[in-house]
Amino acid sequence: MSLEKHHGGWVIILSFIISFILAIIPLPTYATVWRPDWVAMVLIYWCLAIPQRVGVATGWFTGIIHDVLSDTLLGQHALFFCLIAYISVRWHKQVRLFTVWQQALSVFVVIAVSQLINKWVYDIAGSYIQAEWSFIYPAISSMLLWPWLFTLLRDLRRNRRVF
Amino acid sequence: MKTSLKKEQPTRFLRVIIFVVVSIALMIADHRLSYLEVVHTHLLTIVYPIQYLVDLPVKASKWLSVSVGGRIQLFDDNAKLRDKNIRLQVVLQRFQALKKENERLRRLLDSSVKVVDKRVQLAEVVAVDLDPSTRKILINKGKNDNVFVDQPVIDAQGVMGQITHVGLFSSTVMLITDSEHELPVQVERTGKRTIAKGMGTVNRLSLLYIANIGLNMNIKVGDLIVTSGIGKKFPKGYPVGTVIEVIPDIGKPYAQVQALPKAALKHNREVLLIWEK
Repeated sequence: MSLEKHHGGWVIILSFIISFILAIIPLPTYATVWRPDWVAMVLIYWCLAIPQRVGVATGWFTGIIHDVLSDTLLGQHALFFCLIAYISVRWHKQVRLFTVWQQALSVFVVIAVSQLINKWVYDIAGSYIQAEWSFIYPAISSMLLWPWLFTLLRDLRRNRRVF
Repeated sequence: MKTSLKKEQPTRFLRVIIFVVVSIALMIADHRLSYLEVVHTHLLTIVYPIQYLVDLPVKASKWLSVSVGGRIQLFDDNAKLRDKNIRLQVVLQRFQALKKENERLRRLLDSSVKVVDKRVQLAEVVAVDLDPSTRKILINKGKNDNVFVDQPVIDAQGVMGQITHVGLFSSTVMLITDSEHELPVQVERTGKRTIAKGMGTVNRLSLLYIANIGLNMNIKVGDLIVTSGIGKKFPKGYPVGTVIEVIPDIGKPYAQVQALPKAALKHNREVLLIWEK
């Protein structure tokens, strides 16, 4: 291991902070259920790009911050964020070979499953009040936005030499 | 790098299991018990810069509209407010007299009910979206301003909700329309006691345990609902909502009664916090 093992940590932190801002920025009421899961998307990207640096622990901590920001139960986002991170790191080699729309489809599946887990938590805690299928909406919007986010973050990573 | 990642796999699996178990334990502890409040306080304080950043454009636009609003607008506002102030003073005079009389009558009755003095402070709503499945807002006053958990929050029209978590500079408020919120209330006209439960996404309150029998005597459309003071969390007599629907439910012992909240829950920029002295 060389001295410059890690490089460009601030890029990762900044991208997470921007994703947190996008996650709590006020939207009109009808649009809130369609809000893409920005933090999960950024997390998936970094898990695929640099799995030796960003993984389960990072996922868990960003989940806890997300929980505090949106006032959910402590551990609610953390639970499915560390699962998302695990799946992304576990299959990063395969997913890297996908075309960008195949990747978008995998993002859809992962986020849909995570939102379903989220819905179960609400069901158990007794406060799920959205329409039965609304957990799928963030997955759809995230899928549609993935190619652009992917290109943006990849260019940023190459430009700033994050590894 | 390839080999080191491969070697890591079993430990990574173990690690994710540990994180999942910790998350579930945290959720249960947070849902059932209150000793995680210290953790909430610290975490809310840490994330406040991000929330402040999101709120900044809203704040800036408000400041801008005031500063370019012009003198004439300000003079106009000033005149209107002075007029309103005088009218409120007149109402207050009468209220003071009534309060004195009420105190005297209570003394005559030897009642143990005391009129408690209250202190209120203005707080601003921070423009961020919280969890869409609940009805909560964030305000810009926290532990530094002596805000405490369960503290009542009102606006000029009526009860808004109560504090759920407190950070140093901010706190979260659960609105009365949240599906987990229950508020002891009574019908102002008849004194009938009931509980106002939030209905989630709809801007409605459902009034529980109002029997079908004697329904017309106890409650009717247009009645004002006020806090009853039972449970000690909310002071007595604050307006909560007006009854808009009374439907006798033949199949069940209780009728379906709904009320519309008085407070402008979704559109407020300023709210009031109450302290009892």
